[in-house]
Amino acid sequence: MYEKDGEKYYIVDSHIHFWDGGAANQKNRYGAGFTGCFYDYQKNLSPAEWVWDLEKFGSYTEDDLMHDLFEAGYVDKGIFQPTYLTDFYTNGFNTTERNGALAEKHPEKLITNGAWDPRDGEAGLDALEALHERWQFKGVKLYTAEWKGDSKGWKLTDPWSYRYLEKCEQLGVKNIHVHKGPTIYPLNRDAFDVADVDDVATAFPNLNFIIEHVGLPRLEDFCWIATQEPNVYGGLAVAMPFIHSRPRYFAQMIGELLYWLDENRLTFASDYAIWQPKWLVEMFVDFQIPEDMQGEYGVLTTEVKKKILGLNAARLYGFEVPEDAQVKSPGLVTGESGPAVGSAPVDETAPVTA
Amino acid sequence: MSGGPGLSGGLGLSGLSGSRVPREQEVWIALGLVRDPELDEPITELNFVTEVRVDEAGGVRADRAAGSSVSGSGEALAGGRVRPDVAGGAASAVDGADSVADGAHVYVRLRLPTYFCAPNFAYLMVADAHDVVTKLAWVDTVTVRLEDHFASEEINGGVADDAGFSGSFPGQAEGELDELRATFQRKAHTACLERSCRSLIEAGWEVEGLASARLSDLPPGTATEALLRRRAEIGLSHQPGDPLMVDSSGAPVADVPKHLRFAKTVRVSIDGNGIFCRGLLATRYGDGSSPGTLSGVIPVADLWRRAS
Repeated sequence: MYEKDGEKYYIVDSHIHFWDGGAANQKNRYGAGFTGCFYDYQKNLSPAEWVWDLEKFGSYTEDDLMHDLFEAGYVDKGIFQPTYLTDFYTNGFNTTERNGALAEKHPEKLITNGAWDPRDGEAGLDALEALHERWQFKGVKLYTAEWKGDSKGWKLTDPWSYRYLEKCEQLGVKNIHVHKGPTIYPLNRDAFDVADVDDVATAFPNLNFIIEHVGLPRLEDFCWIATQEPNVYGGLAVAMPFIHSRPRYFAQMIGELLYWLDENRLTFASDYAIWQPKWLVEMFVDFQIPEDMQGEYGVLTTEVKKKILGLNAARLYGFEVPEDAQVKSPGLVTGESGPAVGSAPVDETAPVTA
Repeated sequence: MSGGPGLSGGLGLSGLSGSRVPREQEVWIALGLVRDPELDEPITELNFVTEVRVDEAGGVRADRAAGSSVSGSGEALAGGRVRPDVAGGAASAVDGADSVADGAHVYVRLRLPTYFCAPNFAYLMVADAHDVVTKLAWVDTVTVRLEDHFASEEINGGVADDAGFSGSFPGQAEGELDELRATFQRKAHTACLERSCRSLIEAGWEVEGLASARLSDLPPGTATEALLRRRAEIGLSHQPGDPLMVDSSGAPVADVPKHLRFAKTVRVSIDGNGIFCRGLLATRYGDGSSPGTLSGVIPVADLWRRAS
C-alpha cells in the first residue's frame, strides 16, 4: 500500500518477471540480444540510480525481487507474466514453473499466470490443462513473437489459437494478456498490428483481453480497437517509465488512452525487473497533466490514479482491497463500461484532488 | 503506387549531377530520402547511417576492401549489387585487370535502435538505401550493411542479391512489403494532415470550416511540404485547389472533428515511437556524453558527419 497526502493506494503490479536472462542460460546470440535489448530499455528510461549493471540485470535474485516490489516498491500484489523463449534460453526465460515456485512461497503477495502456444496443437491443449491443474492461474500471458524452430510467431486468429481460447473459457482462465513483438508469421505483415485482438475479443466476450504495453508501438490501433470492444484492457508496462524521461509525452499517452477508453480499463505495471515499481508509483501519484494540455485531456484525479494503480487489476483477478483504499465509484464490472470513445475530460472547474 | 522512396522530392537530386558537391555528400543527400517507414523520419536524421565511403577505384575490388575493414563482426559481407549495365566491367576487375569500370563503389553502414527491430522495416530501409544510392549516375556498385541486428545476414545478403523480402526469408513470408509500406504511408499522411490542420486552427480556422479548406490555404513551410509529399506517395492529387480534408483513399472526410481526433492519436503514436527509438539508439551506441551498452561504439564525430 502506498500512502500520500492522506490517501491510500492499493498497488497491483500486473506485469512482473522472475527471469533468468544471464549468460549461463543464454542458448545463442538471440538470447544475448534479448537480454541486451531489455537492459537498454531499463537504462534508457530509468532514473540513473535505478540502473543496474548488466550482470545483475540478467540474474537478479529472489531477495532482489521481494525487496524491490514489497519492501521498497509499495506493491500489494504482483502478477507474474511468463515468457518462455525456449529457443533463446536453455531453461526458458521466465516460465510458469520458475515464477510459480516464488508465488507458492509468498502466496499473499504473488500469483503466476500461465502461458500457451497454439503451435503446440492438440498436445499443448492437454499440457495447458495440466499446467492449470498444477498452478490454478486465472490468466495467461501470450507472446505472439515467440520463435519456435522455423516459425517466428503466430496470430490470435490462427485456428489453433481459437481452440486454446475455448480451453481457457472452460478452465475459467479469464484474463488473456497479449504481448506483441517484432516478428510474426507471415513476416511481411506488421507484427505489432493488434487487429487480431479485435476478432478474438468479439468471439470471446466472456474473456478479458489485456493488451500489454497498451499496444505500443501501435497506440492508435489499440485505442481504436478498445473503443469497439468493452472486454479489451490496456496494460501500462513500458508506457509507465516515460513519466520520468518524457513527462509530456507520458501525459499525451495517458490523455489519449483516457479519451478513447476510460479509467476502468487501464492497469499499472512495472515490467519488473526492467523497471522498479517504487519510483513509478511515487511519480504517478505525484503526476498531473501539464496545464497547457488540460483543456484537451482534463486532469488525473486521485480516483483515476487509484483505479489504474491497483483497483482495476484487483477487479480482474478478484483481489480483496481494503476498504480504506477503495474509491466512491469503483468502476463498472467487466462488459458494462459501454461506449468508451470520448469519455469526457474532467470539468476543469471541478476541484482537483490529486 | 510505386513502392520505393521518391527521388522526385524537393531535394532536387538530379541537379547535383556534375556539380562540385563531393560524391560522399551526394550519397548522404540521397540517403536523406530514405525514411524509417514507422517513424516517418529520414534515416540520416535518426542517426541510423554510421558510415558512407566512396571508393573511386570502383567495382568488386573496392567491395573487397570494404569487407576487410569490417572483418571481425562475424557476419558474411553482403556483396555489392552490380548494376546489369556495368556487371561485365566489374567482373573483369576480379581478374586483376587494372581497367576497372569508370564508376565507383559506395559502401554504407546502417544501425538500428535494437537488436530485435522488426525485420520487415529493417529490410525496407536497407533496400531503399541501396536503391537511392544506386540511382546516382556515377555509382556502379553499392554495398549496404546493416549491423548489430538479429537478421543482418539475411537482410544484407537478400538486398545484395536482389532476392526481395520473401526471397531473403524463405518460408517465413507470404509476399513482399508493398502493403506494409502503404499502410505506414497512410499513417504518415494522417499524422501530417493533423499537423497541418493544427496550424490552420492556430491561425484562426474553425474545425468545422476545415471541410472547405484547400491546399492553397496552407502556409508555406516544411509541414506543408511534408503533407504534399505524403499525398503524392499514396497517390493523392496535390494541386493548390485540391481539398485538404481527404482521407487516405482521397474521399472527403465526412466528420472532420472525429477524423482529426483520431489523426491526433496517430500523430502522438508516431511521435512517441520516434522518442523511444532515438532514446534506445543513444543508449545502445552512446550519445556523446556517455558510452553505449554495445561494444564497438562508433565515434560521435562519425555520427554527425553528414551532408548539411
